[in-house]
Amino acid sequence: MATQTPADGYRDHPVRSYVLTGGRAHPSRNTLRPETLLCAVDDGRELPVGAGRHERALLETCRGTLALAELAAYLSLPTSLAAVLASDLVDAGYLTIRSHGEHVLPGVDLLEEVLDGLRRF
Amino acid sequence: MGSAGSEPAAVTGAALHLAPTVERSVKVLVVGAYGVGKTTLIGAVSEIPVLSTEETVTAASLGVDPRLGDKSTTTVAMDFGRVTVGGSTALYLFGTPGQKRFWDLWVGLADGAVGALVVVDTRRLEDSFEVLDQLEEHTSLPVAVVVNEFPGAQHSTDAVRAALDLPAGTPVVSGDLRERRQAVEALKALVAHAVRLAGGSAAA
Ligand SMILES: Nc1nc2c(ncn2[C@@H]2O[C@H](COP(=O)(O)OP(=O)(O)OP(=O)(O)O)[C@@H](O)[C@H]2O)c(=O)[nH]1
Ligand SMILES: [Mg+2]
Repeated sequence: MATQTPADGYRDHPVRSYVLTGGRAHPSRNTLRPETLLCAVDDGRELPVGAGRHERALLETCRGTLALAELAAYLSLPTSLAAVLASDLVDAGYLTIRSHGEHVLPGVDLLEEVLDGLRRF
Repeated sequence: MGSAGSEPAAVTGAALHLAPTVERSVKVLVVGAYGVGKTTLIGAVSEIPVLSTEETVTAASLGVDPRLGDKSTTTVAMDFGRVTVGGSTALYLFGTPGQKRFWDLWVGLADGAVGALVVVDTRRLEDSFEVLDQLEEHTSLPVAVVVNEFPGAQHSTDAVRAALDLPAGTPVVSGDLRERRQAVEALKALVAHAVRLAGGSAAA
């Protein structure tokens, strides 16, 4: 098999995206960060026949909670490409966002909880 | 790791999922010059084996004129680990070289981070200048410095503080980062600093 560059992954993306979302909006685009926690929706719904192999592998790997960066690493994909695939799966209802990455410095309550947690090690 | 085009292997068996109780995540950046011990620190703290991803950088973001060469892209790797704290929060440690070319690449990586832990090797302190400059230029993150205690190196934290011209209040700690306890101490120094900057009390 010829080596596929990441650019090819992006190029055939609109087609895959259409298969999954039926052309609907992409509300989760740009909201996924490397630390965003994701989990497959466990409702028995199968991916459409036209879904790509990366989407299948991603969903399979995400049967429990993982961050986007972990999915990218396990699937040997750049995080930016994993983000595009994951956001399509989120928008199509196959994958759910367990936590949004914060866009600002986490609040003092959360920071104190993290510090307490580290102190208990 | 494989290229983006290799057959995707779903690693369901190997993927170490978070506990179902975990419902949020925070991150810390672990930055520093080449070979200072970033991956060592991450591995010492992480509850999973250190993972890695790559991004492709274009010549433009490297500051290279694309007309000058036919090699227009290169890859930059990032490694990371994870530790669950307090039962419901996953703390991610993202390790990056922190040089100039890096910042355009990992969009959103610094946004929302608790802070940056800068690992330094006192035998090559000047290698850390660019990393600290880049942090200041691209982020407003709380910063703590950890001196990695390599054998035969000087470990005076006061000397490091002076040499790096750090802002007042910046924690500087030192330790053998292969030891989990000492790596965790460095993380605690950073998070305590972030708590103080956010207006909380971080009394020990
Ligand atoms: N003696 C000693 N050796 C260390 C310590 N920390 C790291 N090392 C060694 O130093 C080398 C570099 O450490 P890494 O953790 O790979 O450094 P890094 O910053 O991730 O390096 P790059 O990713 O290549 O930039 C490794 O061979 C480590 O085993 C330490 O505290 N003491
Ligand atoms: Mg490393």
